[in-house]
Amino acid sequence: MKSQISIENVSKVFGTHKALNNVSLEIKKGEIFALLGPNGAGKTTLISAICGLCRQSTGTIKVNDFNTLSQYKETRNQIGLVPQELPLDGFESVYNSCQFSRGLFGLKDNRDHIEKILKTLSLFDKRDEQIFGLSGGMKRRLLIAKALAHEPKILFLDEPTAGVDVSLRRDIWRLIEDQKKMGVTIILTTHYIEEAEQLADRVGIINKGEIILVKEKTTLMSEFSKKTTFIRLSKKLKHPSFMKKNKKISLTENGMTLKLVGINDTSNELQSIVNLLSQNGIAFTEINTVDNSLEDIFLDLVETQ
Amino acid sequence: MNIQAAITIYKFEMARFRRTIFQSLVAPIITTSLYFVVFGAAIGSKIESINGVSYGSFIVPGLIMLYLMTESINNAAFGIYFPKFVGSIFEVLSAPVSSLEATVGYVGAAASKSTIIGLMIFLTSNLFVTHDIKYPLVMAVFIILTAITFSLFGFIIGIWAQNWEKLSIIPTLLVTPLVFLGGSFYSIDMLPEFWQKVSLLNPVFYLISGFRWSFFGTSEIPIALSIVAILSFMAICLLVIAIIFKTGYRLRT
Repeated sequence: MKSQISIENVSKVFGTHKALNNVSLEIKKGEIFALLGPNGAGKTTLISAICGLCRQSTGTIKVNDFNTLSQYKETRNQIGLVPQELPLDGFESVYNSCQFSRGLFGLKDNRDHIEKILKTLSLFDKRDEQIFGLSGGMKRRLLIAKALAHEPKILFLDEPTAGVDVSLRRDIWRLIEDQKKMGVTIILTTHYIEEAEQLADRVGIINKGEIILVKEKTTLMSEFSKKTTFIRLSKKLKHPSFMKKNKKISLTENGMTLKLVGINDTSNELQSIVNLLSQNGIAFTEINTVDNSLEDIFLDLVETQ
Repeated sequence: MNIQAAITIYKFEMARFRRTIFQSLVAPIITTSLYFVVFGAAIGSKIESINGVSYGSFIVPGLIMLYLMTESINNAAFGIYFPKFVGSIFEVLSAPVSSLEATVGYVGAAASKSTIIGLMIFLTSNLFVTHDIKYPLVMAVFIILTAITFSLFGFIIGIWAQNWEKLSIIPTLLVTPLVFLGGSFYSIDMLPEFWQKVSLLNPVFYLISGFRWSFFGTSEIPIALSIVAILSFMAICLLVIAIIFKTGYRLRT
């Protein structure tokens, strides 16, 4: 798949703080790319540099082969941005605010298009109301509507579901998937790993201003996947001797469950642990194996960096 | 060129003006009327005519300039400061809008608003004094040039300001005194010689004097000097704005 955004050796320095450190990244056309990272990792700075809100100290960013600094009109024309905060002019009406966003991109008012977006985002009934009167969730949706007002080819969503309820989060996910079906490339930063797990085609992890990993989500999940097996015991145990020899085995706090990390349920290793339990006269009622989540993988990678 | 973007910003700012029409128009009209009552009728009746012009008529150009300059600065400064304050400026900065297009939109709207206010004050003055405009075209040119130039200056203040106090500090502590001391309500011929020379250092004096010339055909300094002064100030403001956008000063990190 062709790269739509190409980031080469980009660094951004604020005073003595290096917010981005030699970042290189390719975003493919039509994909949903989730950029994950802890607070202050550089996610928003990277998005800001691509969208023109800040200028990188070094390096090159290209959008469909256009340079974001020397050909900023061509690059920005293709991008819609939903920021993390709720920066809105509260005195303006919902409709006019969307029309303003569209106009900035050189497009004349298109009532049908804006009303369609407002309907999709359940804001149509509020179209003539002042933004001040909207709830936090509505303001979040309005920011998405404004970003879509000029029909962008690339959509940046910086923490789009931060602070919204579960129902609205699902609505936003649906909208993101719809945009993808329409061919829009989506770059998503999020704290909710579940969100990335649900939506992303590829995942990038950024920490301390450096991209530490970029993988297809499914590859990432399989490569870094660790299975965890839980053996529910019939009786409470107190640190049996066989546990001391195997660091992969631990006992849960209530002493009723053995936790086996990184042991495959089909491996001989599990069979030998089951044998050990039998030999020591430890009865169990249930064996359950689960895959670890993207969240576990993310935490492992960030903590080990 | 993204003309539509400039039009969009212009319309958005003018919509703000319409929403606050009472505050924007009625307040200056009432204040101007008070000036005419106090300076024109009460005090003005005790003052001899200046260069053959009654005192009430003499202060009309000064009053229009006073409002034109302060309103241009305030409107333009607020116009760019408010989106910076609430954060909505990100939209303009991430859109394909050049510095010229953004400046035309914001400054054009601020200049339009102050011109409307200036014209309203002129119409209000007709309720109190009668006067013929000797050079109406020059008057119109002066109004437009002053509105644009001081809106450019206000635009710079709005970008520079990082809080509400800074937003009002230059208009309050610098511009208003300069306008008052620039001959809005008196001829510098009425001052002692030393203060006449000091007044020549006040750039606003050149504008008020030139504007007054368009009304009465007489002024303390040649009209050409007034036009050079306003064009020079405009050129400086344009240069500063160009540098601001090139460097991203207080707009982009």
